[in-house]
Amino acid sequence: MAEEKQVLFAGFGGQGVLAMGKFLSHAALNTGKNVAWVPSYGAEMRGGTANCLVTIADEEISSPLTENPTMAVIMNRPSLDKFEDKIKKNGTLVVNSSLVNRLPERDDLKILEMPVNEIAEKLGNTRGANMILLGAYMEKTGVVDVEDALKYFDVIFADKKERIKQLNREAFMTGVQYARQNW
Amino acid sequence: MKGNEAVAEGAIRAGCKGFFGYPITPSSEIAEYMARKYPKIGGIFLQAESELAAINMVYGGAATGVRVMTASSGPGISLKQEGISFIAEAELPCLIVNISRGGPGLGGIQPAQSDYFQATRGGGHGDYHIIVLAPASVQEMMDFAIDAFELADKYRIPVMIMAEGTLGQMMEPVIPRKMVTEFVDKPWATTGCRGRQPNIINTLHLTPESLEKRNIHLFSKYAEIKAKESRAETFLLDDAELVVVAFGLMARVVKKAIMEVRRKGVKAGLIRPITLWPFPEEYIKRTIKTAKIFLSVEINMGQMLEDIKLVVNGEVPVDFYGRIGVNPNPEEIAEQLLRVAEREGI
Amino acid sequence: MKVVATRPQSLTNAKFHYCPGCTHGIIHRLIAECIDELDQRENSIGICPVGCAVLAYEYFNLDMLEAAHGRAPAIATGIKRILPDRCVFTYQGDGDLASIGMGEIVHASARGEKISVIFVNNTLYGMTGGQMAPTTLIGQVTTTSPYGRTVEQAGYPIKMAELLAQNEGSAYIARTAVNTPANVVKTKKAIKKALQTQMNNKGFSMVEILSTCPTNWGLNPIDALKWLEENMIPNYPLGEFKVKEE
Repeated sequence: MAEEKQVLFAGFGGQGVLAMGKFLSHAALNTGKNVAWVPSYGAEMRGGTANCLVTIADEEISSPLTENPTMAVIMNRPSLDKFEDKIKKNGTLVVNSSLVNRLPERDDLKILEMPVNEIAEKLGNTRGANMILLGAYMEKTGVVDVEDALKYFDVIFADKKERIKQLNREAFMTGVQYARQNW
Repeated sequence: MKGNEAVAEGAIRAGCKGFFGYPITPSSEIAEYMARKYPKIGGIFLQAESELAAINMVYGGAATGVRVMTASSGPGISLKQEGISFIAEAELPCLIVNISRGGPGLGGIQPAQSDYFQATRGGGHGDYHIIVLAPASVQEMMDFAIDAFELADKYRIPVMIMAEGTLGQMMEPVIPRKMVTEFVDKPWATTGCRGRQPNIINTLHLTPESLEKRNIHLFSKYAEIKAKESRAETFLLDDAELVVVAFGLMARVVKKAIMEVRRKGVKAGLIRPITLWPFPEEYIKRTIKTAKIFLSVEINMGQMLEDIKLVVNGEVPVDFYGRIGVNPNPEEIAEQLLRVAEREGI
Repeated sequence: MKVVATRPQSLTNAKFHYCPGCTHGIIHRLIAECIDELDQRENSIGICPVGCAVLAYEYFNLDMLEAAHGRAPAIATGIKRILPDRCVFTYQGDGDLASIGMGEIVHASARGEKISVIFVNNTLYGMTGGQMAPTTLIGQVTTTSPYGRTVEQAGYPIKMAELLAQNEGSAYIARTAVNTPANVVKTKKAIKKALQTQMNNKGFSMVEILSTCPTNWGLNPIDALKWLEENMIPNYPLGEFKVKEE
């Protein structure tokens, strides 16, 4: 049985971390995988920390929950503090270095850093920070093929306005480019 | 699709024409889904002024013979109990969804299974039961909505779908079910007595004889449901010495933990009750001979545990592991299984 | 021989269980006559309360439900929303409607629910033995206000007709009494108007009917009618409080 991949997305509420997980889930789903997306929900939605866990597998997913995800995409410092110890040994940690002012302490993890907020500002799309990091993450890890994700972009954002779709695509591609050049 | 959306869509596909509810986390997406969908497909969505009003609107809607439902969570389900007791007595079919959260009191909005007693013992005043289904996946949220309405109509009984908050909130892909197009006749419905004798829907029995007769009637129906509709899923049970019993999403987490400990040579297996009432006693009974110990894993302080003990009746030990406010992870459960296995020499 | 009066089609042959001098019987008959005259018997669904009228399902010869205490307007809502062309009415007392069922009645009215409510106000809980209701008058003696209702202890009586008339959703709100033949005739007109308001899809309708409870008031039937006139009507003025034209 191929191993299930479990990715944690964490950050402030409002940074779009739930949306990151949803995008990845939809992209994986469209390529024929089994997917489960589990959010932290409720009061945490209101400006506190938010996180979601995405499980991707070829087979039926046994448990959509885990204490120890194989990968984590971290958008702020409190999330790093909370989740660094929990990532599986030799796992992957993707960090938004704009809002994380320390280095991860573990040395077994594969660490990928990116000043996402600065890049988003430069792009003139501060709300697109999540899509930038997601693009970079997907390009680097291949958890879902970037070409596949792009193919289904319009399906995933079917309920969004054309301009928003365009902005998201641009942000996503900025991330993909960043990963190609820097990671 | 989110679990909450799947159960709502399942209900629509079951031919449910009315939703009456009151907002409460973590179940509100069900109401929101119906509010979006029903105006387009000719269903009735109404946000009631209270949980009490909502369940009584369900009482009225169900009395017309049409499929109707409500949804809520812990504190809201408590408020509905008056109505559920009346509906059970009046033998009106309907669906009640409990996307459960922790209690008692306001508790928290975190996932929980602590409404097990409330759901499986009837919940309100008087001697009655409702059928309780516990889905374990978003797909089952949809599937069970259809099953629930079929059972409700077949036995004229309210059916509850009870799922942890996590299952309501999480997303998984769903294969949509076909629209149900065949429904049973309901000659008892109060629709206006055109061309027939008037129908009366009533729960009052002033003489002891008629009250006792009524209760006996209800319980003979419950006996039939018990015999015919008890459902459970089993996993690696044939040679299991450590038999874990868990329901809902929790059961999936346990499955993964069982696979993990099996790799270490522990003969563990799972019984996952799908109907919490009727409790699938036969599945437990069949396993008593081979099991060295039963372990109930729940997100509460030990409720289903009592049902297991009643069936096992002291023949083998029954242990419990529970958490409050969180779905424990497979890693945590695996640790517990190893602990129990070591202690019991499994 | 010419038949000048007969039992309405919408009543069964069952004998009323009400106490001597109680006006529930009159009100039942008025409702039945109105339903007959509007040719709605086979199109009607009635909901009875918890209270003295709990057995009303045995008296109306049409589809009936028995509700939990105070919840009749919610049940009526469920029925009416699913079957919008039916004539749906509730029959409720003052404890049922103005106390434990206050939430349901106010919101049914605010939503403009197209149902008709027959509200029987006799200033106390009759079935349970004459306890104080929200409608009990100041100074009135009941089993739970044995020294007379005081403002300090129990506040003021609730005037449901005036209260519900405030709601936009209310299309017809009236208060009548059944203490004299003239008032009985007026009550029948009001009930009919309420049912017509519903059938014309105008919105929520309610007739509050001042009624007697000789048993719990400790009066003979004649004195009870006098007591109603002298004590209730000054506190609960009769008339139409809301008539929505369109």
